[in-house]
This record gives sequence, C-alpha cells and structure tokens, in this order.
Amino acid sequence: MAPMTQEAPKSTREPTRSNRGVPMGAPLVAQSSIAPAATRIALQDINAFYSEKQALFDVNLEIPDNAVTAFIGASGCGKSTLLRCLNRMNDTIPGARVEGRILMDGTDINSADIDPVQVRTRIGMVFQKPNPFPMSIYENIAYGPRTHKLVSSKADLDELVESSLRRAALWDEVKDRLGKPGLGLSGGQQQRLVIARALAVSPAVILMDEPCSALDPIATAHIEALIDQLRKHTCIVIVTHSMAQAARVSQITGFFHMGKLIESGPTDQIFTMPKVEQTQDYITGRFG
Amino acid sequence: MSTPTASRPMIGARRMHVGDTAFRISLHVAGAIVVIVLVSILAIMFLGGRLAFETFGLDFIWGSEWNPVTQVYGALPAITGTLVTALLALLIAWPIGFGIAFFLTETCPSKLRGPLGVAIELLAAVPSIVYGMWGFFVLAPFMSEYVQPWLTATFIWIPPVGDSFFWFTAPPIGVGMLTASLILAIMILPFIAATTRDVLLSTPQLLKDGAYAMGATRWEALTGVVIPAVRGSLFGAVFLGLGRALGETMAVVFVIGNAIRMPDSLMAPSATIASVVANSFPEAEPGTLDLAVLLGLGFILFVVSFGVLAIARLLLHQERMS
Amino acid sequence: MKQLSPATRARYFRRQLVDRLMGGLCMLAAGIGLVLLGLILWMLFSNGLGGLKLSVFTNSMAQPGADGGLANAIVGSLIQVGLGAMIGAPLGMMVGVYLSEVGKESTFASVVRFVNDILLSAPSVLIGLFVYQIAVEPFGGFSGIAGSISLALIAMPIVARTTEDILRLVPQAYRDGAVALGSRENEVVRKVVLPAAFGGILTGVLLAVARIAGETAPLLFTSLGNTNWSTDMTQPMASLPIAIYRYAGSAYDEWVSLAWTGAMLITVGVLVLNILSRFSHAAVAGKTEG
Repeated sequence: MAPMTQEAPKSTREPTRSNRGVPMGAPLVAQSSIAPAATRIALQDINAFYSEKQALFDVNLEIPDNAVTAFIGASGCGKSTLLRCLNRMNDTIPGARVEGRILMDGTDINSADIDPVQVRTRIGMVFQKPNPFPMSIYENIAYGPRTHKLVSSKADLDELVESSLRRAALWDEVKDRLGKPGLGLSGGQQQRLVIARALAVSPAVILMDEPCSALDPIATAHIEALIDQLRKHTCIVIVTHSMAQAARVSQITGFFHMGKLIESGPTDQIFTMPKVEQTQDYITGRFG
Repeated sequence: MSTPTASRPMIGARRMHVGDTAFRISLHVAGAIVVIVLVSILAIMFLGGRLAFETFGLDFIWGSEWNPVTQVYGALPAITGTLVTALLALLIAWPIGFGIAFFLTETCPSKLRGPLGVAIELLAAVPSIVYGMWGFFVLAPFMSEYVQPWLTATFIWIPPVGDSFFWFTAPPIGVGMLTASLILAIMILPFIAATTRDVLLSTPQLLKDGAYAMGATRWEALTGVVIPAVRGSLFGAVFLGLGRALGETMAVVFVIGNAIRMPDSLMAPSATIASVVANSFPEAEPGTLDLAVLLGLGFILFVVSFGVLAIARLLLHQERMS
Repeated sequence: MKQLSPATRARYFRRQLVDRLMGGLCMLAAGIGLVLLGLILWMLFSNGLGGLKLSVFTNSMAQPGADGGLANAIVGSLIQVGLGAMIGAPLGMMVGVYLSEVGKESTFASVVRFVNDILLSAPSVLIGLFVYQIAVEPFGGFSGIAGSISLALIAMPIVARTTEDILRLVPQAYRDGAVALGSRENEVVRKVVLPAAFGGILTGVLLAVARIAGETAPLLFTSLGNTNWSTDMTQPMASLPIAIYRYAGSAYDEWVSLAWTGAMLITVGVLVLNILSRFSHAAVAGKTEG
C-alpha cells in the first residue's frame, strides 16, 4: 500500500458541487488510502455547444494531479466532448463553442487570450484508434520536440526519444528498429508509440479518449499497466466506455449522462455506493 | 516529473501566429490566381475580338461566308463544323466507351481488369498530334478508298436536304467531317470510358445486390437499377467528353480538309473553330481584322466550352453530393 | 418445386440471351479499344523505328538532304516542358493545398474548385491564343518563355486537382495527432500531411508533365518553333510537337520520316511518364501500410 501523501486527503464527506440528485442513504465508505494530490485542472460552469446543439450543461469538476480520472457514461453523453475541451481540440471544429472556465496553474486555458497551441504542449492526447504518423518510429517521437525546439543537439534528441520510449514501456521492443515505419507495429505497440510521442514533450496532463477500444485484451492489459505507472508523475484523464476498465485503472470517476455530470468521486465509492440513482442504474447495466 | 514545457508559465500569446498568416495568405493568393486566369482569358478574347463583333455584329456568328480576301468573316461554317464533328464523335464514342466501362466494372475477369484499365488510360495519354498523323496517313486513305465509296453507294437513296446537303454523296477525298469525327471519337473514347467507369464504380454495392437478389441478370441490374440511379453522372461524363471534343485542335487539323465553307455532305471537307484558329493564325497580323476574328472565334469557343463543362460538372457533382 | 411454365422458361432464356449478348458487345467494345491502341503503337513504331538513328539526336533541323535531325526540337521541348512544370506544378500544389486544407467548403474555395475544373478541360488552343495576347504581342515576339507560360497554365489545373484529391485521402487522424501535439496549421500541413501525400502529388506532377509534353497548339501561338539551334528563351524556340507538325504535312520524304520518328519518341516518352506515375502512386500506398 502506498503511503499517505502529505496533504490531507480530499474528503468526500461533503457532497462536492458536482454531486446531484438524491443521496442513496447508505453510510459513506472510507475512501481509498492512495490519496490524490492537489487539483491540477478545475472545470467551472462548462457549457459546450456544437452550433445550436448543446452538448455539455454546467459541468463543474476538479481533476487531481498524479492520478487517473475516468469519465464514464453511455454513448453520446458528452464525455469525449469534455475531454476535448481540456486541450482545446474543439477549436478545430467549425461551429463549436465552449463557455466557462478551465483553470490550470491559475490560468483560464479556455480563455480567448490563451493560444491553444500553448495549451496543447502542456496537455497531450491519445486517441481511440492509434494514429502514428506515416514516418519511422524515431521520427514519430522526435516530431514534438523538434516542432517545439525542446532539444538543441542530435544526442539530446536521441536521449529524449529513448527515455520517452522507456517511459511508454516500448523501448525494449523497438530499440533495434527505430528507423522502421511506425505503422508496421502491432495495434498495442502503436498505441504505446503514440503515448511515447505524447510523453516526449513532457506534458503535465495526458488525455486518453478510449485508448484501448481498438486493442485486444492483452494489449489492453499492457496499456492499463502503463497508465498506472504514468499516473505517479502525470495527471491522466481517461474516457472509457468500459466500466471495468474505469474501476481497474482510475482513482476518481465522473459519470456523465446527456451532457450533465451526474456524479463524481473516488472510484471505489462510485462503483460500490453511488449516491445518485442514475449512477447506480448505469453501473448495474440497467441502461447504456 | 514536470519538465520544462509543463512548468513554463502560459503566456497569452498572439492568436494567429505569423507563420500561419503567411501560409494562409499565400494559399489564398494561389486560389485567386486561378480565378484571375479564367477571367482574364474571357476578357482578353472578348476585347481582342471586339473589332470583329463591331464590324459584323451578329452576322459574325450567323454569316456563312468566310473570305480573308474580301475581308468578309462569318463564323457559321466553323461553328457548324465544330458542332457536327463533336456530336458525331460523341454518338460514335459513347456506346463504345460505355461498353468498355461496363466490361471493366462487371464482366471482365479480375486479372485482366488492371491491364485493360491501364491500356485505356494509355490511349488517353497519346498526344493529339499523333492521332492527327494517324488520321492523315492511315485513316484518310482508308476512308477514301473503301469506306466513303461504300457509304455513297449504300445511302444514295436518302433525299438531299434542299439543294445544299447531300448526306453521304460526295467525292471520296478521305479528309472531311466524317473522318474528323472518327478521329475525335477515338480521342474522347478513353476519356468517356474512364469517367463512366468511375461513375459505375461509385454506385453502392447495396443497390446492385438488391437487384441481383431479385433474380436480375447483370444487364438488367445495370439498366434497371444502376443507370437510373446515376443517370445524371452518366450525362455528366457525356458532356465532359463533348467539352473535350469541341476544343480539340491538332487531331482535327490534319483530317478535316480545312475548307471554311458550309459543308454540303457529311463527308465534306470542313473546318472547326479550333482548326480555323490554328490555320489562319500565321497570316494574321496583330491589330488587324484578321486577328480580331480569330480572337472572336476563340471567345465563342470558350463560352460554349465553358457552358458545356459547367453543365458537366453540375451533373457529376450533383450525384456526388447525394 | 413447381415446374416452370413454358412461357416463363422462354422468357428466362430470352433474358439470359440478352445478358450474354450485351456482355459480348461490351467485350467487343473493350476489344476495339485495345485494337486501336495496338494499331496506333504499331503504326508509330513501324514508321518511326526506321528513321531512328544517332543523327536524330545530334543534328538540328535542316533542309532535306542535309542529314538533319531533331536535336534542337528535343532540347527545346525539354526546356519548355521543364520550365512550364516548374512554374505550373508548385502553383497547382498550392491551389490543391488551399482547397483541401484551408478553404475546404467555403464559398471562395468552391469558386476556385469550379474554375479549376473548367481550366482543366479548356481547349489548349485558346490558352495559346491568350498567352499570345499577353506575352507575345506586347513584348514584340514569340519566345520560349511565352511557350513555357502557356504550358504552365495547362499543367497547373491538373496538379491542383490531383493534389486536392490525394490530400483528401490523407486520414484525418494524422492531422488530429499533429494538432494534439501543439502544431500550428501550417506545420500540420508541411510536416505531416504533405509528406504523407508525397507519392500521390508526384503522380499528379508526372501526369501533368506527360500531358504538356505532347501539347502542340499552345506552342504554335507562343514559341512558334525554330529551325535553328537556339536555347535563348527570349527568342522563338523549337519543340518536338511543332517540328512534327511542320514536317508531317510536308512533301519531303526525309522530313516525313523524321516526323514519324519524332512522333514515336514523344509517344514513348509520354507513355513512360504515365507508367512511372503509377509506381509513384504505389509507393505511397506502400508507406501507409508500413
């Protein structure tokens, strides 16, 4: 069991602002002993629109650092939209609009004054289907550092590529073929390559949009083990349609339905003693 | 382990980076150049041909006498030649092109499909001057020795139109509208085949499966279900072929006979706008009426081509949208 | 199973017959296409090979009986086609990139796309006449530069169209990945999309070169042709298609023979370029499948 962190664990005794609905009535369960650290990203009153259609309604959520936060919910509930708000990817969709504040390190990154490119160097993203560039493995990892001029010499770049691949648990498998096309790897390896690519720019946060849904169970297990390693030093937010995965991998879970955050809290508590009936229904499979 | 990027304070950077602005502007300029070129062509042709339109008025289009010596220029013979050769070419090329397309997409054994497709595209790549030479050295003598006498003899019974148009009754010179139409047909054939094949390939398999499930033969599925569904695009392919045929120069110039007068038979030596422009250009001095009429002809051809190509595009895209 | 009535059976056979007949006619059509290609190539080689000797490449055009060749025409073609491609291809690529990555479905992009399609099929004789008016007459004479410009105007829409088509095929996932790593719009295009589409773009350029290599009409109005050796771009310049045009209709056997050889050379060049462009396309498919 990992030791308690210095800060007092965030209590879930008081309902947070994101809790809605009728409490279940059962006594609150003692929270997990691995307490996440301070809040990394605070979402305040987020409303998102695609042209006239509203996709997110008044979402308020605090995402802790050095932990995995999972968004769960049925298809179309807005969890992917919310994820994409965090790194301003919705900016690329014509007609998309995000209102509200997203605070990170004291800055509102959703503000129009902030360059989305700056945001994306601090918040990386891994997509559902692995998308390595049609380049060599080395070039894939080197892309970010080169674009943002993070290293000044070839030796430094080589080192950065190696450390990123090590952190993504892929180095041993590809160290002899860094020049081969990234697309020649298996699905699971490609996804780890993409994670290594994201790690190469040393982001504070990594977003993952259903990263295992295109992978077989063995590859999925590898990725989940990797996520557990990464979260010790990085904030991770993962969208998943698999509740079992959320239960395995995350410390905090947020349940979404029809664009609203229904309930959020420690994963243990959400899955064993959810406060809201809707959460209970989803978890027991009554819908979704 | 936060390293440099994450701990750098976020500067409220400018929204639009300089690199992006230069990028966008240069691309927009490129697009603008395309539009400017087209507009300029129309404008230059019109302005250059103004003298011709002013001198003859509408008679420039309807006049049937083209005489550089007396400086009387009427474009009707050229226009007639252009339209007749293009339409005849289309009439010949379309069924064959369509047949090739159907063969390529439906009945051809898959091993042959690739090579045959390549062969058709190579046919399209042959430069038009080569077609012209082939027409002049091979087809024209063949026409004059075998085909034309046969046509004259076989169709002698068709009554002439008035006293000026005799269908197939003409001296078997070999060069003339019919030969030019044949060459044009061969030139636009691969084009129609390729475009039609693309249209047929883009029909959803679901449509054909539905017909086959009801026991239709391949031909019935094609005519009953596929063609009605893509009729617009098929017409689009036809118009595209027509657009090409209207403007073709080098292939025609060798075999049309270059007689700028109203044709008196389908085999008569004639002229098209393109052939007149190409042939009369060397003698046309800048600033004279001689050059102005060529530019005026060019303007007419461009307007007609523009219209045909615009219709073709509309038809082809309409289906793509739905 | 119920026995089919004679009427139904007859109808069935008739339908099969029609289907077979039509299938046969279509095969005939395909056969016609192949026969035509064969006839043309056979004619070219049977007439052109005989005249293929070294002097064709080493001697310039000359009077009959003076052992003339086509050297100046070949070189003139290479120069004008090269320059035309160097002007038209980059411009066409920029238009293609604009249409696919920046303009997309906007009104201006739709207009540019429409105009480009018109220019793609516009009669080349009119392009020649246009360039004559803007680049020959005002400057007092025919020139290799004017010839190159007219070829560039023909090449540009072809490259624009093929570039746009190939860029649209590049998976959106690549762009998303690059954006998520903090790339700017122009970086995404330059560093990820264009390299991914390189093979296809090259195909388009090769096809455009093949097309302009065979064009005669625009050169008639711009570079006019030259019977002497000249690489001066500001003067009339010889080209292979024009040499063929002048020689083919002439009365001298020697010249006609050279016309055939020239026609054979041009056709072979164009066909080789076409086949090369196919390999370029295959190369891009290979890269994306790893």
